[in-house]
Amino acid sequence: MVPINYYIILSAILFTIGALGVLIRRNALIIFMSVELMLNAANLAFVAFARAREVATGQAFFDGQIFVFFVIAVAAAEVAVGLALIVEIFKSKRSIDVDQMSSLKG
Amino acid sequence: MPLSETVNTGFFFLAPWLVFAPVIGLLINLIFGRRLNEIGVGTVASLASGAAFVVSVLLTWSVAAGGGHAVSVPFAEWIHIGDLQLDWTFRVDSLSTTMMLVVSGVGTLIHIYAIGYMHEDVRFKGDPGRFPRFFVFLNLFIAAMMILVSGDSYMMLFVGWEGVGLCSFLLIGFWYEMDTLARPSWANSNAAKKAFITNRIGDFGFLIAAFIMFWNFRSFQFDEVFAAAEAAAPGVILAITLFMLVGVTGKSAQIPLYVWLPDAMAGPTPVSALIHAATMVTAGVYLIARSAPLYTLAPQAQYIVAMTGAVTALFAATIAVGQYDIKKVLAYSTISQLGFMVAAVGMGAFVAGMFHLITHAFFKALLFLSAGSVILGLERGHHHAGHAHHGKGKKGKRKEERSQDAHADVFDPNDMRNMGGLRNTMPVTFWLYMIGTLALAGLPPFAGFWSKDEILADAFNEGFVAVYWLLTIAAFFTAFYMGRQIWMVFFGEPRHEAAAHAEESPRVITVPLMILAVLSIFGGALNVPGLHTLTEWLEHTIEVHAGEFVWSVALISTGLALVAILLSWLVYGRSPLKSGQPDPLQERLGPVFTAMENKWYVDEGYFAVIINPFKKVSQFLADVIDWRFWHDWFHETVIAGTYNWVSHIALNRYADQRGIDAAANGLAGVTQWLSATMRKVQNGFVRSYALSVLLGVVLIVGYLILK
Repeated sequence: MVPINYYIILSAILFTIGALGVLIRRNALIIFMSVELMLNAANLAFVAFARAREVATGQAFFDGQIFVFFVIAVAAAEVAVGLALIVEIFKSKRSIDVDQMSSLKG
Repeated sequence: MPLSETVNTGFFFLAPWLVFAPVIGLLINLIFGRRLNEIGVGTVASLASGAAFVVSVLLTWSVAAGGGHAVSVPFAEWIHIGDLQLDWTFRVDSLSTTMMLVVSGVGTLIHIYAIGYMHEDVRFKGDPGRFPRFFVFLNLFIAAMMILVSGDSYMMLFVGWEGVGLCSFLLIGFWYEMDTLARPSWANSNAAKKAFITNRIGDFGFLIAAFIMFWNFRSFQFDEVFAAAEAAAPGVILAITLFMLVGVTGKSAQIPLYVWLPDAMAGPTPVSALIHAATMVTAGVYLIARSAPLYTLAPQAQYIVAMTGAVTALFAATIAVGQYDIKKVLAYSTISQLGFMVAAVGMGAFVAGMFHLITHAFFKALLFLSAGSVILGLERGHHHAGHAHHGKGKKGKRKEERSQDAHADVFDPNDMRNMGGLRNTMPVTFWLYMIGTLALAGLPPFAGFWSKDEILADAFNEGFVAVYWLLTIAAFFTAFYMGRQIWMVFFGEPRHEAAAHAEESPRVITVPLMILAVLSIFGGALNVPGLHTLTEWLEHTIEVHAGEFVWSVALISTGLALVAILLSWLVYGRSPLKSGQPDPLQERLGPVFTAMENKWYVDEGYFAVIINPFKKVSQFLADVIDWRFWHDWFHETVIAGTYNWVSHIALNRYADQRGIDAAANGLAGVTQWLSATMRKVQNGFVRSYALSVLLGVVLIVGYLILK
């Protein structure tokens, strides 16, 4: 099987890309996608560790997999809320540049 | 008593449904009750109670098939703290299944009866919205009672004990804003409060007993307590059993805490039958029977219990002779019969006590429910007579109109002086009442004879001479007041137009009564001398001995009962009471009868000795101590005065400006400077916030990794 390190390295790379995307990009949609990338990096780590533990102990636990389902569900909810926010922001500002949104006044 | 923890055969896994079936019923009625009609609500509640009965039957069968061994069915963990290990475990043995059968069986019949009764009751009292509420409370009661009888420890028993107390309170005060005459008053809610508070006093005794038990034995679980008790000091056992007796006197209405039960008749009649005659009030008897190993170790406590029961039996029986309210007579009779049971379990005749508990549940429920039928018949008659007189053709009068009517013409459908001659207008009820009366009076072959006689024979054989004579005289009075009731209610001429126009009750009311009547006739077969079915059955759980049948005892008690009935015929039957005529006994006994009518002034005595001094002390504490001493003197003079004085001395101009003002201004200055600095961080750019978050995470994770 593929060594666990590979998964961890891939997960770290994905997470870094996501984090940099969030920090650097100004388009709210891209930031959103970067957040998803970070979440899925974490998911990858979860399943990888769960599988590794299963192989090590010879017992199936599914804790990691179940956690991934939770993350997916929460991410879906987050997308729903986030997209609604972006649409509303676009309606009022005609732009989704996050730097334009620096004041609390509508 | 071997206790098998693992259950492989039988229906023991069903035990939790004893509680959950009624709970489901009450939830359905709670949520959908307003949308269902009366039949629907009643059917749901009766089915829920019936399901509990079916479970009880299956459990009984399982116990019998398993050779009568006790089985514990663990259900849930409740409290685990240190030594305290409390679990919700169902205990299924011959004693608890006996109680389950009585509670759910009689309970189901009363549920069915209540469909008919409450239909008319809510109509006469003018609030149909209360119909579902009644059945919710009734199912809650069944659930609580099941917790009580199926508990595996004194604490689980106590949970049920308190639960039934709550239901009793809720149901006594069911018509909380009006009294039995359907006019506005707080009499019913006061009766409910009286029941609750009196029971609290008893519960306090129960709790003390439980605490002593835990302090000494480190457990509440029945078997562990009984095992530990054998090695315990006699003083400890005596304290536990006597404090437990306080709890019993509260719940089972014994001297000195019985005063709540007669007032509890303010509740609707099915409640009086179910809770205040057949089941809840017998919880105390069950408690003593369950604690049989403890009481056997404390003979002094047994003697006190037996005497308490016997004195109560006679005392309450004499009061019953002087009552006019049909339900009050039965209430005092219940107290008296509970005295018989408590005396029996006190003497160690646990089987006789349980036997009387069962038969009493049958015939007293029958009597109460028949009394309810009589009351309804009278109310119908009153309604009918009112229509005939005032020419009001409308079926349901409006509420305001009704209460005005009630003021204009106060008619008490419970008062036996308003009855008379009902055997012609309500023949079915009459015969049912007759069966109940003969069973209660203890005439063979009715159920009451066998059970009462077993108690008397045990008292005779075990050498409890005082108890035996007290109970025998009480039995004489029992037959007398029941005879008086029969003559006053059903014979002679109607003394009120309502009685003349009384109508028989519908089938939904009379059919459950017929079943109870059959049980009241043949219930004695449970433990007839020679067969001892119940004795053998209960032998699996508690140490018992088969009661011997003593011919002389049976002959004396039967003879006395016949003499009493004859006497009641001479007084009340030969020349029936006329309307407005005083009670014949009033003339013959004079002040003694007045004292019996006024319950020997016990309530007044409690008021004079306990309640009024208590009120005075609280008045004194509130007025003098709390208000004048603490408020006026201590707070106003001492504290406020001292404060004013200190502030005058210490807080002059210099200390004020240089000390306090400077501190306040300095604090404000620091805050201003801090906020001016911090404001720069909040620049409004999302990405800089994100960067802060990331840096924060890196710092924390870094610390955790490198730690």
